[in-house]
Amino acid sequence: MSHESTLARGAAARQGTPARVWLGIVLFGAVLAVLPFLLGMAGQSWIRTLNFALIYVMLALGLNIVVGFAGLLDLGYIAFYAVGAYVWALLASPHFGLHLPFWAILPAGVFLAAVAGALLGAPTLKLRGDYLAIVTLGFGEIVRIFMNNLDAPVNITNGPQGINRIDTFKVGEFMFGRSQEILGFRITGPEKYYYLLLFCVLVIVLMCVRLQNSRIGRAWEAVREDEIAAKAMGINTRNIKLLAFSMGASFGGVAGAMFSSMQGFVSPESFSLTESITVLCMVVLGGMGHIPGVILGALLLAIFPEVLRAVVVPMQQTIFGDVLLDPEGIRMLMFGFALVLVMIFRPAGLWPSRVRRRELAGAGKEQA
Amino acid sequence: MDILLQQLINGITVGSVYALVALGYTMVYGIIGLINFAHGDVVMVGAMIATTLVVSLVGGGVASMPAWLAIIVALLLAIPACMALGWIAERYAYRPLRRAPRLAALITAIGVSIIIQNLAMMIWGRNYLSFPHIIQPRIFEIGGARISLLQIIIILAATAIMAGLLLVVHRTRLGTAMRATAQNREVAGLMGVNINTVISAAFLIGSALAAVAGVMVTTYYGVAQYTMGFMLGLKAFTAAVLGGIGNLGGAMLGGLLLGIIESLGAGYIGDLTNGVFGSNYQDVFSFIVLILVLVFRPSGLLGERVGDRA
Repeated sequence: MSHESTLARGAAARQGTPARVWLGIVLFGAVLAVLPFLLGMAGQSWIRTLNFALIYVMLALGLNIVVGFAGLLDLGYIAFYAVGAYVWALLASPHFGLHLPFWAILPAGVFLAAVAGALLGAPTLKLRGDYLAIVTLGFGEIVRIFMNNLDAPVNITNGPQGINRIDTFKVGEFMFGRSQEILGFRITGPEKYYYLLLFCVLVIVLMCVRLQNSRIGRAWEAVREDEIAAKAMGINTRNIKLLAFSMGASFGGVAGAMFSSMQGFVSPESFSLTESITVLCMVVLGGMGHIPGVILGALLLAIFPEVLRAVVVPMQQTIFGDVLLDPEGIRMLMFGFALVLVMIFRPAGLWPSRVRRRELAGAGKEQA
Repeated sequence: MDILLQQLINGITVGSVYALVALGYTMVYGIIGLINFAHGDVVMVGAMIATTLVVSLVGGGVASMPAWLAIIVALLLAIPACMALGWIAERYAYRPLRRAPRLAALITAIGVSIIIQNLAMMIWGRNYLSFPHIIQPRIFEIGGARISLLQIIIILAATAIMAGLLLVVHRTRLGTAMRATAQNREVAGLMGVNINTVISAAFLIGSALAAVAGVMVTTYYGVAQYTMGFMLGLKAFTAAVLGGIGNLGGAMLGGLLLGIIESLGAGYIGDLTNGVFGSNYQDVFSFIVLILVLVFRPSGLLGERVGDRA
């Protein structure tokens, strides 16, 4: 029944999109297009923050496929991000002397991340979700242990020092990492990356939206709601879950490759459990399974630490005359409380999807 | 041969600590079907409290205590602190979600784990705390291998505690109530079992065991840090799965086996691979064990229930 009403609404929207909506889209697009220049006035560092926020949006959308659509808790998601980042770093840096073009590396990174996702999911998907959570948790750590130790006997990852001087993203002779003059207009590296990342995010959003309303998306939802019923309806639950896993992982791979090329440096430190938890927080806080909610969550939590740093440190200095609690600890503590409180009081997130809100509210009523 | 024996002794020592922690996972899982991600962090809190206390009790010139007394005092304070922590987590974070979707409870458990870790970081800082070498390193020789007094104490204490737990679970009213709740919560409730009390009791007992394990770990390795609970928890969970989650005997067996596998693996991996992989891959073993168990025998060594209960 819910599907019928969604369909009806969708049809109504297609028949006549109101001028108001179009105006909104155009305005929104205009804001997105000039955003880096507006922020650039406040300082280039804000553009970098914005770029990281966009990378987090990609990660959160990828994890949302696994956690939000298919209902599988993945606690080692950052490992796929690491795979993407290291593939780019190894194939486009002086470390091995390789400098392959992006159209070769990007698919390789995405493919490897997807394979890693499928491999990780395969042994556990027949079992209950809890096992998957713990296996992914372990997997995330294992990937980090390997990155840290694979500098001997053959130096593959360069160990804890990481890999530096990684090539920037370039299309032909157009380098995304460098400042240059275009039509008498000076445009910096971070600004160029902003557009590249924005493009990636838009493609991923489009894919997510199309996936959600597709046969596969419906199947994911069915598996999430009741796996046994889904199986009875003829869904190959194992394959569909595996697909969710590798699809989510591949988005993580894209984000990793972008991160690597933008930073020019990767080390195992960037891929700790804390990062996995941060991305999970974005998805949970924003609203599991609801694309605009997840984007909101990612943007909020990516920009939040910067704000926290700007507020907490001076505040402590004025009150105590010293920095007693570092912002990083406070951030993680607040993330922890956010996870618990959101789950107890607003399980569908800040900006929930209609379906999800209804079903999670239903669960709450049953309890009361 | 003596290397083998030596690694076995080390493995059994570490394994008995894993077993204590695994019991906490398995009790909670058996009764409410939740993987309590925060359990490893409860162990960490126990270790941190004990280390701080022992440092101040033994090191301080004014009130220096004999080593054994200091450790007992540390235990007596760490156990109630951890029990309180476990109880609070259950009462305020897990209980409201008992009927919520499984995913919600799991996410909450991760949240609790992060909260405990970061609170600990704020209290004790990011650095490793070192546990003073207060126990005389008295060492006995058995067939070419060395076993220290501390190892003997850890193994004996863990065995005694586990025997006590089995007695409680199989011989007392509370134990009967716990087993009934694990079998079917609703029906046990109808039979007059106070479900909330039973679940709280499981958390309290599990956290007390975690505190003891924490004290053992920090005494044995000589260090404690706020992130130590993560790997320890992961390994103990692996031990619980290896033995068959929800099964007390299984958790004990799984813990011992995992400890032995890990120390044998770390001891021999260098030789077996001609030095390509070293003991820095030690932490990978428990993960491989976990994957293998999940693929080939998901119910574990002693478990009967296969995990597809929706």
